[in-house]
Amino acid sequence: MSNRESTSRTLMVALAVSLVSSVFVAGAAVSLKPVQVENRLLDKQRSILSIAGLGDAEMSSREVKDLFAGRIKARVVDLQTGEYTDAHDAQLFDPLKAARDPKLSDALDGEEDIALIKRRERFTTVYMVEKDGKLESLILPVRGYGLWSTLHGFVALKGDLNTVVGLGFYQHAETPGLGGEVDNPKWKALWPGKVLFDAQGKPAIHIVKGGVDPASPDAKHQVDGLAGATLTSNGVDRLLQFWLGEQGFGPYLAKLRTQGV
Amino acid sequence: MSKPTVKEVLLNPILNNNPIALQILGICSALAVTSNLKTAVVMSIALTLVTACSSMFISMIRSQIPSSIRMIVQMVIIASLVIVVDQLLRAYAFSLSKQLSVFVGLIITNCIVMGRAEAFAMQNPPLLSFMDGIGNGLGYSAMLITLGVIRELFGAGKLFGIEIIALAKDGGWYVPNGLLLLPPSAFFLIGLIIWGLRTWKKEQVEKPAFRMAPQVVEKEAY
Repeated sequence: MSNRESTSRTLMVALAVSLVSSVFVAGAAVSLKPVQVENRLLDKQRSILSIAGLGDAEMSSREVKDLFAGRIKARVVDLQTGEYTDAHDAQLFDPLKAARDPKLSDALDGEEDIALIKRRERFTTVYMVEKDGKLESLILPVRGYGLWSTLHGFVALKGDLNTVVGLGFYQHAETPGLGGEVDNPKWKALWPGKVLFDAQGKPAIHIVKGGVDPASPDAKHQVDGLAGATLTSNGVDRLLQFWLGEQGFGPYLAKLRTQGV
Repeated sequence: MSKPTVKEVLLNPILNNNPIALQILGICSALAVTSNLKTAVVMSIALTLVTACSSMFISMIRSQIPSSIRMIVQMVIIASLVIVVDQLLRAYAFSLSKQLSVFVGLIITNCIVMGRAEAFAMQNPPLLSFMDGIGNGLGYSAMLITLGVIRELFGAGKLFGIEIIALAKDGGWYVPNGLLLLPPSAFFLIGLIIWGLRTWKKEQVEKPAFRMAPQVVEKEAY
């Protein structure tokens, strides 16, 4: 064992260990990928259902699948014109992937990009809950930068396209206990019933520091900020301004208001 | 030094040589994941598996590892195992892996895993090292589960998310202690447990590392 410490031997051992480990890790990652993708999809569907007020976090995966297939209708929307499009299949289309594809997205310049997402996809998927042929709620995907991470979530609107049914994020990496409180059911419970747009149809919803004064005429447009998480609160505020505004779902919502679904 | 037996390496770390209480290792994750019992149990299982398997693999190739790169080799093996555990959790326990978030990845830096690899697996045969890993994992688990039970029961009135004590806000009698759900409470609890353990088992009390010198007598300077 005198040559155990030699340079060539050291390199050999290092190479062998790395090789075996990488095969092991890669094998696990590749073989488990389908199950993980399935899980992520299920998690997103669960989050859509719970934001629309159709279910809770305790549902089994079977219930989520059945409920989602039964109640939720997905359509792809052209964000520029606000029209539905059949160019992409709503089941397969991935707006986040499209946002990275130069052919399917536009770069945003500094002033437009208040949600700090850099690129906006041209098409995105919206989800609808219908009852007796009428729109009961509309679920729009939103995202924007908080303090550390991009928050991915949904905002659900009532059939009047103005009142909030729910807001929630299914993926983020904000500080647990501070910005991470966007997941707190108590905070999320502040949202239903709030009014998104003012009389002129401009986004008026805001997150305010120090608590909402219930006597103020703007109280219906305001939600309490998260304690100790001003930057995350600002991020959520700005991402709503962006996605409800002209660059986001503005044209689509305008069309829906005048023409119906 | 006599050869350690399987029984010794398996049971000693639980009370006599607890990795958290005596060796004061792995405190960080013990604070972070014990606010409810479910994450504490999953974290315990994950760490026990990683410690046991990494000790076994390192022990298997211990006579081949050149001493100049032994730490890096240990690290590579530990990191690979942790990534596999993380992938498994993501595939089969998605919501739990979301709650545990970075802490599964941070098992890599948990001193217990590396400590056992360096202190035990490098000198002992694979099977014994595996058992030593299980034993230390159990010691860690015992502490985590104790903390988890205390924190969830008295902090939220629940165990595994099932209500045990009816809370005052739901018409019961118990007003939960919210501090127990915050990380510092785990610090206090670990401190109290160490105190209790060392009062019971006096041999765990450490000798003072140094003694304070008496105050220097002040003399008037001329």
